Amino acid sequence: MSRLQVVSGKGGTGKTTVAAALALALATEGKRTLLVEVEGRQGIAQLFETEALPYEERKIAVAPGGGEVYALAIDPELALLDYLQMFYKLGSAGRALKKLGAIDFATTIAPGLRDVLLTGKACEAVRRKDRAGRFVYDYVIMDAPPTGRITRFLNVNDEVAGLAKIGPIHNQAQAVMRVLKSAETAVHLVTLLEEMPVQETVDGIAELRAARLPVGRVIVNMVRPQVLDATDLELLRTSPRTAFARSLSLAGLGGARRGGSAERLVEPLLAQAEEYAERYALEQEQRSVLGELDLPLHELPLLAEGMDLAGLYELASELRKQGMQGVS
Amino acid sequence: MSPDAARATETDRSSGHAQDGTRRLAPTRVLDVDPLLDDPGTRIIVCCGSGGVGKTTTAAALGLRAAERGRKVVVLTIDPARRLAQSMGIDSLDNVPRRVKGTEGDGELHAMMLDMKRTFDEVVEAHADPERAATILANPFYQSLSAGFAGTQEYMAMEKLGQLRARDEWDLIVVDTPPSRSALDFLDAPKRLGSFLDGRLIRLLTAPAKLGGRAGMKFLNVGMSMMTGTLGKLLGGQLLKDVQTFVAAMDTTFGGFRTRADATYKLLQAPGTAFLVVAAPERDALREAAYFVERLAAEKMPLAGLVLNRVHGSGADQLSAERALAAAENLEDSRIVDQGDGKAGVRNSPETQGRSDSPDPSAATPEPEPSADAASADPVDQVTAGLLRLHAERMQLLAREQRTRDRFTARHPEVAVAEVAALPGDVHDLTGLRDIGNRLADNRRELPEPSA
Repeated sequence: MSRLQVVSGKGGTGKTTVAAALALALATEGKRTLLVEVEGRQGIAQLFETEALPYEERKIAVAPGGGEVYALAIDPELALLDYLQMFYKLGSAGRALKKLGAIDFATTIAPGLRDVLLTGKACEAVRRKDRAGRFVYDYVIMDAPPTGRITRFLNVNDEVAGLAKIGPIHNQAQAVMRVLKSAETAVHLVTLLEEMPVQETVDGIAELRAARLPVGRVIVNMVRPQVLDATDLELLRTSPRTAFARSLSLAGLGGARRGGSAERLVEPLLAQAEEYAERYALEQEQRSVLGELDLPLHELPLLAEGMDLAGLYELASELRKQGMQGVS
Repeated sequence: MSPDAARATETDRSSGHAQDGTRRLAPTRVLDVDPLLDDPGTRIIVCCGSGGVGKTTTAAALGLRAAERGRKVVVLTIDPARRLAQSMGIDSLDNVPRRVKGTEGDGELHAMMLDMKRTFDEVVEAHADPERAATILANPFYQSLSAGFAGTQEYMAMEKLGQLRARDEWDLIVVDTPPSRSALDFLDAPKRLGSFLDGRLIRLLTAPAKLGGRAGMKFLNVGMSMMTGTLGKLLGGQLLKDVQTFVAAMDTTFGGFRTRADATYKLLQAPGTAFLVVAAPERDALREAAYFVERLAAEKMPLAGLVLNRVHGSGADQLSAERALAAAENLEDSRIVDQGDGKAGVRNSPETQGRSDSPDPSAATPEPEPSADAASADPVDQVTAGLLRLHAERMQLLAREQRTRDRFTARHPEVAVAEVAALPGDVHDLTGLRDIGNRLADNRRELPEPSA
């Protein structure tokens, strides 16, 4: 299985949640994973209910079976200073550069440099080994920018090599691209069973493929349980309303007669079922669109109680059950 | 309507505000959209919020509604989903407003999609003589900068807004904000880009050319060459040269850039502008909305209110999730245990009798057909159990949405809220947008009266 797992998705699909669940899932059985945040939103800290993450790898969770999840929020400015220190032993000159705005310039404006630093840091963690020559992290999971920007974000080589034709940034970009375009990397896209996110997923995959970036899996998040099937829906359409009133009354919800408590529930409950039917049909349509992508699909349930730490563990075990670990 | 035991319990459990017996906490203020759209004093509406909350759709729906209420409107969208763009007939990306056909009434709706590169080019062309403009446009650094690096899109959206407003051709401009990594980006990015283009670093980078011979500047020059040397090493010398050429060529236009950015910023603070924060009743989206509300206040930008999209309701909210589930179990149990003695009804009878809104005597005898021992196998019973489970799920969703919303309201009770009921599918045409507009304006009716 690829050691760098990049998780992207349209805004609002829960890509941070899925990335975190994946980091937990991959950490089970004594593995160590690193969950990397690149957008400075502190979404990981909120998810794990801890204080804001510094620019430092720290353990944030323990997985079943003794595995560990570390997290890192990459700050591009500090990453650049790190980098300058590593290559040029800049010391105080680095701080002077920061004062002058050069660091800010380099990380926010200089074409692609920010992305090189962010992906570069993740790739460094992927390749890092301890003294015994073993990888420090079994897996690195990146909570990446959304689908609309993911290809440009990962394809730093094109952006930077065209501009910085020589120099260490150029070399760094080349090294990063070697990792990103190899089988060591898999880019997963998170979506919902709704038209817009599915369309974006389809477009995003086409872009990734065109850029020769390795597409991993599609993860459908927040899937609502199937409460009524096609037969049920048919029965709802064809049965007389009085029959439902009788059933509701039988269930202990009051009178079935006109105006009775049970009878008054029939209309609104059937209206909800109609909405459900409409949504069900739309979801089936989107499922078949995703099916045509010819990629492994995973589905994660919508958690009735909303997202919290317990829910995260639940999603992680769901991902494991679906074999998200172990295969490419 | 009337006091209901089940409802009060639900409130107790979900939000801890049981004192008035209503399940929903009415917001302090309800956002009334129509007066805002109709007011000739409203010239700009900015829709902002985090990604995936239906910001663009809201902007388009507001534009259509304003146009159909008689105003001449232009909607500036940044990155609309394909079908939404098609629904307004603006699938061509030519950076100019196009009249939307098929609107009703006397007003006009125009729509455009932002082309940030072209907008940037126009700014350069407007501020430099043709020769200099050509140098800038051909510069590789300029080309990457204008094709979309951090902040350019936001900056150009504001630039375009300024241009549209300056033309004074429209009664109302509705602008959608870029899908930033965070909703706050679009306020910061123009400033960041502006201060970069106008900043200390740029002055230093251009300094050697200008200050070349002056004796007193010698020492500064030494510092400079050290710095440009380092940057050159880092970025590659050729890139730095591109930047320097770019900066030298842009030199005369900097003043223009800064002035324009400042002017647009002031425009956003002006009385004719209204900000609408768009969110969905989800934790992250509402947290972002709260930050945005605070930020707008700090920047003295006028907030009109919060549009809360995709809010769920239920026509049967007198029936709590717990009771619905218990009732569903009654029906499903009866499939296994063949019984005709009304056991299913007995389980809930105390609660049922507590319901004072059912004078109907049959309410007290919830088993109208005690002889129906075959009811257990009745498929209608089974599908009714499904209906009840579906309802329980809906009520749980409602409670969750309400909790998230309460958290926002507690933090910002001053913010007026317009709720938009969730639609099962996406919007594809003007009819769909009109429907959203109706839901936006109608939200008053879906809320219970605020209890005194």
